Amino acid sequence: MKDFIDAYSWINIHYLLQGLWITVIVSVVSILGSYILGSILGIIRYVNIKVVSPIVGLFIDIIRNLPLLLIIFFTYFGLPNLGFRPSSVWATILAMTVFESTMIAEIVRSGIAAVDPGQMEGARANGLTYGQAMYHVILPQAMKKMIPALVSQFISLIKDTSLATIIVLPDLMHNAQIVYGQNSTYILPMFLMIAIMYFIVCYALSLLSRSLDRRMS
Amino acid sequence: MIAIFHNYGSLLLQGFGQTLLCSVIALIFSLIIGSMFAIFETTPSKFLRVIARIYIEVFRNIPLLVITMFFFVVIPMFVAKINGFTAGTIGLTIYTSAFIAETVRSGINSVDPGQMEGARANGLSWWQAMRYVVLPQAFRYVIPPLGNQFINLVKNSSVLAFVAGFDLMYQGNVIASDSLNTMSTYICIGILYLIITLPLSYWMRYLEKKLA
Repeated sequence: MKDFIDAYSWINIHYLLQGLWITVIVSVVSILGSYILGSILGIIRYVNIKVVSPIVGLFIDIIRNLPLLLIIFFTYFGLPNLGFRPSSVWATILAMTVFESTMIAEIVRSGIAAVDPGQMEGARANGLTYGQAMYHVILPQAMKKMIPALVSQFISLIKDTSLATIIVLPDLMHNAQIVYGQNSTYILPMFLMIAIMYFIVCYALSLLSRSLDRRMS
Repeated sequence: MIAIFHNYGSLLLQGFGQTLLCSVIALIFSLIIGSMFAIFETTPSKFLRVIARIYIEVFRNIPLLVITMFFFVVIPMFVAKINGFTAGTIGLTIYTSAFIAETVRSGINSVDPGQMEGARANGLSWWQAMRYVVLPQAFRYVIPPLGNQFINLVKNSSVLAFVAGFDLMYQGNVIASDSLNTMSTYICIGILYLIITLPLSYWMRYLEKKLA
């Protein structure tokens, strides 16, 4: 019991919260970036532009099927071979954005494909151009279907930021390792604490998605 | 790149084998544990439902790395010494089983409840009806999502690199720091991962289309 009280001194908790803050910041930036890039890639893949769409499709399939850890390594240790040397924060954001945007592209594509094709035909028959029909009719309906899948993807993004510990991103996992590295009696309390912190953030997001889903349907 | 395959072929092959081995072991155990919790969630017993809900929500919302490191760092302190490969495989199994439980549960729920009622009305016990009527139908629905879980499992097995599990990613780092040619090494490792995941992902997409 004394271990727990010692381990949860304000200095340690404060240090963990700093890590949590980095985790949240990196996640939010990556979520925004991958949402924008992913939507663009998904739409390009759906609308079937000659030459461009198959190339985008191949890119998506390749990145999607690689481990995120490999992409993080590639960005941080591989790209310097080409003369581009990002800091660990930017390398994480870049790797996460590229990887997650391909996941989101697939969600967007299947979301659009799940909208009844009659909607598009109806909108076109009423005089809307393809772009207008897409923007005003198809995408809002696809959006509703995509929300649960999107949010669970964002949750796994938050969890996956912990992988960036390996390139010394000062996130929650990394800071916890530093704290328990000082004193081995802190190991169990630290694991418990970071598990609770990750759980709170991710579970709150999944509750939010459930309530959004209920309100929209 | 060809030089990497040529010089470090045996290391790459060993890593490839370890990745495949730990993925298959984790898949088998997480299928068993996941299905068990999925069945718990659909039982009439409130106690079992709560247990299953807690298990699924907890392990779905904690990073795989935290679970794996827990088994690598904490368990040897209190229980027994285990090596990185075992710790990684246990972590992967627990993490994946929560996702598989969720997948199988949605499969069971998508089976018409009339099937269960009909089976019960014909005199089967709850467990017999589950085992012989509902589960076989549920598994047909969940094959594509289970395949996708397996792809995720193969990708996630790269956390073994954190715990010295000698998997593909770990060997990749060894080779990268030995050859100093990081870029080509990681491309080689990527190709080896794609050999497993890409055909599976196309196959699952084909199955999804066929079942839809």
